Amino acid sequence: MNAVTTSEQATTSNGPTENIERHEYDVIVIGAGGAGLRAAIEARMQGKRTAIISKSLFGKAHTVMAEGGCAASMGNVNPNDNWMVHYRDTMRGGKFLNNWRMAELHAKEAPDRVWELETYGALFDRTKDGKISQRNFGGHTYPRLAHVGDRTGLEMIRTLQQKVVSLQQEDYRETGDYEANIRVFHETTITELFKADGKIAGCFGYYRSTGKFVRFDAPAIVLATGGVGKSYQVTSNSWEYTGDGHALALRAGATLINMEFLQFHPTGMVWPPSVKGILVTESVRGDGGVLRNSEGERFMFNYVPDVFKDQYATTEEEGDRWYTDADNNRRPPELLPRDEVARAINSEVKAGRGSPHGGVFLDIASRLSPEEIQKRLPSMYHQFKELADVDITKEPMEVGPTCHYVMGGVEVEPDTTMSTVPGLFAAGEVAGGMHGSNRLGGNSLSDLLVFGRRAGMGAAEYVDGLAGVRPAVRIDDVAAAEQRALLPFSSATEGGENPFVVQLELQKTMNDLVGIIRKADEMEMALKKLEDIATRTRTVSVVGHREFNPGWHLALDLRNMLLVSLCVAKAALERQESRGGHTRDDYPAMDSDWRHVLLVLSALGEDNVELVRKEQVAMRPELLDLFELDELKKYYTGEELGGHRAGSAADSGVENA
Amino acid sequence: MSYDAHFRVWRGDSEKGELVDYPVEVNEGEVVLDIIHRLQQTEAGDLAVRWNCKAGKCGSCSMEINGKPRLACMTRMSTFTETETITVTPLRTFPVIRDLVTDVSFNYTKAREVPSFAPPPDLEPGEYRMQQVDVERSQEFRKCIECYLCQNTCHVVRDHEENKENFAGPRYLMRIAELDMHPLDVADRKQEAQEEHGLGYCNITKCCTEVCPEHIKITDNALIPLKERVVDRKYDPLVWLGSKIFKRSGA
Repeated sequence: MNAVTTSEQATTSNGPTENIERHEYDVIVIGAGGAGLRAAIEARMQGKRTAIISKSLFGKAHTVMAEGGCAASMGNVNPNDNWMVHYRDTMRGGKFLNNWRMAELHAKEAPDRVWELETYGALFDRTKDGKISQRNFGGHTYPRLAHVGDRTGLEMIRTLQQKVVSLQQEDYRETGDYEANIRVFHETTITELFKADGKIAGCFGYYRSTGKFVRFDAPAIVLATGGVGKSYQVTSNSWEYTGDGHALALRAGATLINMEFLQFHPTGMVWPPSVKGILVTESVRGDGGVLRNSEGERFMFNYVPDVFKDQYATTEEEGDRWYTDADNNRRPPELLPRDEVARAINSEVKAGRGSPHGGVFLDIASRLSPEEIQKRLPSMYHQFKELADVDITKEPMEVGPTCHYVMGGVEVEPDTTMSTVPGLFAAGEVAGGMHGSNRLGGNSLSDLLVFGRRAGMGAAEYVDGLAGVRPAVRIDDVAAAEQRALLPFSSATEGGENPFVVQLELQKTMNDLVGIIRKADEMEMALKKLEDIATRTRTVSVVGHREFNPGWHLALDLRNMLLVSLCVAKAALERQESRGGHTRDDYPAMDSDWRHVLLVLSALGEDNVELVRKEQVAMRPELLDLFELDELKKYYTGEELGGHRAGSAADSGVENA
Repeated sequence: MSYDAHFRVWRGDSEKGELVDYPVEVNEGEVVLDIIHRLQQTEAGDLAVRWNCKAGKCGSCSMEINGKPRLACMTRMSTFTETETITVTPLRTFPVIRDLVTDVSFNYTKAREVPSFAPPPDLEPGEYRMQQVDVERSQEFRKCIECYLCQNTCHVVRDHEENKENFAGPRYLMRIAELDMHPLDVADRKQEAQEEHGLGYCNITKCCTEVCPEHIKITDNALIPLKERVVDRKYDPLVWLGSKIFKRSGA
């Protein structure tokens, strides 16, 4: 009936030292955010017995923090929208470094994934004719984001959570057991993946509440653990975002790509200090909010880069007209992709034109009526009122960049989301490639749905392909995992350090030396410091018991944070150009010779990584033809464009208009 | 701007526990959760607390602060005087796991007992049409962040363990109301709300509404309308008479 539960006896000398609870499943999904839940729903619907491992309580995932919306070219507000326009916007946003196949699948499938949520019970805001309403967002040509006020992520998590429950109810009706085919393991952290014969065999972790260990035997594992932002001091990410999936994948022998690309969201709160970094949704700008410096100037007009010159307004008047007449005006530069806006804010503050607390002003009060603001941005209104004592209907907000999203992640096969390790899949923020060097706002929620579903399907197909022959977990691997997890307690007797102190040091190092603007000498210093932090991470110690002990949890998370920080720093030092979420003070220009190069990272032992360069696969010709040659020339080297329709036309003497 | 505050934090497990006094530094703009974190980082590395977003969006850091059910991340220190003792205890309605962390599985059990959204069987994805004004009623309830403060404060279960079996609590009665008001839901939920989920236990004292950090009008907009619909269905003598005279059901 319920999950198979047996005890492992500690009979052999190299076995684990305590009884370890054991479960068997077809598919294990690590992570209960949008991607994880969508993957689990799919795996269960494909007939696979599925477990969802949630680091927090079910329904608390970081996805709830997503505010603005979910991008899908349904064309409900502007009928000119379609997948090709969305695809182009996504590639432009990522500066053409994206895995184009992922971007293609994403643009094509996003509308179906959103509509599907309505059948699960989601209630999006509506257009006048009763369809799903769509809003403007940075980098999107047309109003494209399905949303619910400014709490879209919460709506998605709740909808998916409730879909899982409805599947459990179905199983209950048939078997009398809610958890017969899909079970959620709350507050459970996975610390190790197991392989046998090079394939995934299972994983190991602990229950937070009891500190007891648990082992899962399963041939397919989907990583959906989110990002790495907790390695930074100023971040919009919660304590869970310690790069667990990235590190688990590395230690299992998989590879990461694009780790140098981190998105600093341009608008995080800057005051008071205790909330520094908390997100201020991009919808504030999508709905008319403007950025001003201490001189009252709308400075974004000074920061429109050449590649975007044709698409953005050059005067405030034109920018303002765009909100009501988008077809005949160009959009205001406040809605440039996030990397551009974050850099601009950084420059203004550096030039001494910042706000009193080191940010700039985001003004919605002078742009919309108080009633409109409260209706469209209710949670922003409350957030500022309750945390900063600022009434955003009366005064501007102070905002500055905050570490928000990692574009880099597990290198996967686009259609199935399988990593280089057979049986190991990744979806959502933990997967790399989809967003290239910079993610557009709204493309994360759609990414979760599209690739969450694909991961569930991929895992189910993989399990079928094994034809019943499942790799067996080796008992000494279990013992080793147990020993590593208990290390912080034994270090205590040798007087190791407080993990909170080491974490602070790591966050400060990354923030100061591998932050939004990067320099070679600083990153070299960061790598040195990380070496020292690695030694200290191995010997951090904790006091007390194993039940819900945050010190112990952090001690184990720390090694993941360290490993991903090494990846970010190494890749950032290697890439000698500026592109998207990677800005080099010493190499300020984008360089076409770097566009087609991927930096691939793999683990060397517990706390070192190796980097190799790899060529990006060339875009399929019919996709390349969706762009005008003139635009591509800004990103591509000459020899890469030979196959373009205009190039071939030019060869035959016909000029493209 | 810093000062030392006097915190009393409940420490213990399911067996036993006590209030422990901590003098602790407080800086400008901080919230109670910041202070709990400072204790973790300094003198109480094993102090158990749940939290995630620290922005009032996930509903994890529910606890009782000076006896009031609150989110620790949204309770600003500036709402207390500098000399006030601040007592922090776990939610009272749920069993303690450790320190400020309680076992909230009651809520997940109740969630599973509410029948899910039932769409019209022949409506294809992409074909859903609803007016904004019609979805807004349910949308208010979907703002719920599942912090369980309403479940914790509701007197039907707060001091009456014996009622837990038969009472879903405000959060899940509101969920039934949300589905009942969903423009496209086809299930009939009224009878069940009364008979299976204990709607009748609620005597609309509005304690749930008072503690809701999302300011959802749980009593006025969800529970009372649901009660009214149940009453219409069950007891309205005119409806009953009409159905007898005109030989049709549920007019």
